[in-house]
Amino acid sequence: MQYKIGIPASLMYFTQYPAWHAFFTGLGMQVVTSGATTKKLLDQGVKEALADACLPVKVYIGHVLSLKDKVDYLFVPRIVCLNKRTIYCPKFLGMPDMVKYGLSCQLPVLDTWIDVRDRKTGLWPAYKSIGQFFKKPLRQIARAYWQARRAEKALTRLLTRGYFPPAALAHLTQGKPLPARPAAGNLTFAVLGYPYLVHDPFVSFDLLGKLNRLGVRVYTMENVPVKALQQQDSELDKTMFWTFSDLALKAAFYFFRQRRVDGIIHLTAFGCGPDSMVDKLMELTAHDYPQVPFMSLTIDEHSGEAGVMTRLEAFVDMVRRKKGA
Amino acid sequence: MPRVTFPHMGESYRAFKMLLEDLGNEVILPPRPSKRTLDYGVQYAPEFACFPLKVLMGTYVETCQMGAEIIVTSGGVGPCRAGQYGQVHKKILHHIGYPVELIVFEPPLLHPVDFLRNIRRLNRARLSYRAVWECIKRGWRKLQALDRIEALTHVIRPREVQKGSTSKTYRRVLNYLDQATTIDQIAQAEAAALAELQALPQDKERPVLKVGLVGEIYVLLEPASNLEIEETLGHLGVEVDRSMYLTGWTRDNTISHTSITQQVHQAARPFIPLCIGGHGRETVGHTIVYAQHGYDGVIQLAPFTCIPEIVAKTVLTSVSARYNIPVLTFFLDEQTGKAGMTTRLEAFVDLMRRKKWPALSVASQPAAAM
Repeated sequence: MQYKIGIPASLMYFTQYPAWHAFFTGLGMQVVTSGATTKKLLDQGVKEALADACLPVKVYIGHVLSLKDKVDYLFVPRIVCLNKRTIYCPKFLGMPDMVKYGLSCQLPVLDTWIDVRDRKTGLWPAYKSIGQFFKKPLRQIARAYWQARRAEKALTRLLTRGYFPPAALAHLTQGKPLPARPAAGNLTFAVLGYPYLVHDPFVSFDLLGKLNRLGVRVYTMENVPVKALQQQDSELDKTMFWTFSDLALKAAFYFFRQRRVDGIIHLTAFGCGPDSMVDKLMELTAHDYPQVPFMSLTIDEHSGEAGVMTRLEAFVDMVRRKKGA
Repeated sequence: MPRVTFPHMGESYRAFKMLLEDLGNEVILPPRPSKRTLDYGVQYAPEFACFPLKVLMGTYVETCQMGAEIIVTSGGVGPCRAGQYGQVHKKILHHIGYPVELIVFEPPLLHPVDFLRNIRRLNRARLSYRAVWECIKRGWRKLQALDRIEALTHVIRPREVQKGSTSKTYRRVLNYLDQATTIDQIAQAEAAALAELQALPQDKERPVLKVGLVGEIYVLLEPASNLEIEETLGHLGVEVDRSMYLTGWTRDNTISHTSITQQVHQAARPFIPLCIGGHGRETVGHTIVYAQHGYDGVIQLAPFTCIPEIVAKTVLTSVSARYNIPVLTFFLDEQTGKAGMTTRLEAFVDLMRRKKWPALSVASQPAAAM
């Protein structure tokens, strides 16, 4: 039977959707996503989620709620570790629990535990358990799994070629043509932050588009090969144990050391636990690299577009003046 | 002699002071967290960092001003932020001009070599490993004594005849332990302290509510950070059972899980099946265990923006409904005021009272009489 599988378009969506899409399509399911974040969706999330939760969790809950009547199952995986070294933020780890027990309505949650450090919950066993839940033959599950792995590689390739996740996702799952690369502006910035902030135009107030219109060419941490990032020494006695934070911090070091960018913006969300530390570490690092101006931008559900725009323009002006361009 | 300091966590400093002095260090005692500590913390720590990070930051700045050269603290493997405290604190302290050394103790079973190296660095008296072990054993015994004495005050306080007598006696008898150095002396001091507390005039007939205290370790263990919630509750006629003591926590994190912890993890399994860092899973598990043991309510203490506790709190709504136990959550930070907290506690106690003794009118209760 063909079920409708709902995938909330937030958090891991930006890095995992092509794989999940390929897998569920391979199983003969219909994949439905919640689409772009909207004001209504965010308001719903804010209303349902705990007031103390961070902005991304509120956005995610909003996405979950917008899907609940349209699908048979909601895919809310518990992703612990994907690279054998670092794990995700506690809120990712507890996400299925929060969705199952923290909302006022009961939802049909399809929950799977992915932790590649453990043989029982590695990538293949996790995918296999979903396939078996739907009583699919092993051969079909295996084929779907390989399609998922291929989609993952294809995404990585597109990202390191300079495309951003939204365009790459649309290309891989809907066959949309890739956009033309933006013309090189006279300034180049690195915008660092978690993909579900930076690449969600509603949440980030279209930060990337705004920079583009101000004549700034942007790199994000997805554009840097993961290997190059992992080689960066982030000058800590101990690695950051959250995957995205580790990458963001290392990306900051990468761009500070390369000095090929004219400025670095750190986009962070209110209430983000790991970011409270990452942001401070970036700020302290910025003191060691005075040649590259650094700005940190915090957003929450109360942020106003005008305020963000003003700060952005001021920063761009400052960098431009400094460069004499 | 190097001047060593460590974070302030309840009364545990008495044991750590003895241990570090035995190893040949000069100890700079961390002051009890105060307004001044918080001001420093807020000034230097990241704005959205959790409350314990800020308090520790402030404590470190204060002790650095007093001349501390080495800070000894504990680490963690995450994914809670506490595991990264050391890194961030060190960077900030160096940045603001205190070139201190940080010695971070990670769980010894995971990093045995690091553990021994850290011990070596602190062992200025060049004691043999055997002698060091003896010192640790005595320090451990003192911690146990401190925990036992504190646990007893939670039982006696709601029953005390003269309001405030428990806290007064508690502060006095703690000093007995400062003079005790050998295992025997510590045991004697502990017995004397316990006896003196027991001897306080008590009203055994008084109807007393039982409340479990769950949440994040620092705000549970440091009364200055939770605005002495246990004392406030005791005076409201509530016997408090705190889910965590330093000795219990240390045992869980160094040797192996105690049976209680296993029971707690088992209880939490349907709701949170894995470690989400900090004490999120334990918070949920303890709440269920308290409900099963017939407690009248549970209070969750969590630092503002604490990630694991937010997950736990989200789930607790369902737990509270399913196990029919009232749960009150406090997210604590530097803005939390004692009066506001007391008001909420009074309302909560009132609610539990009406639930437990519907026939009794609220006015005749000792809480109102006191």
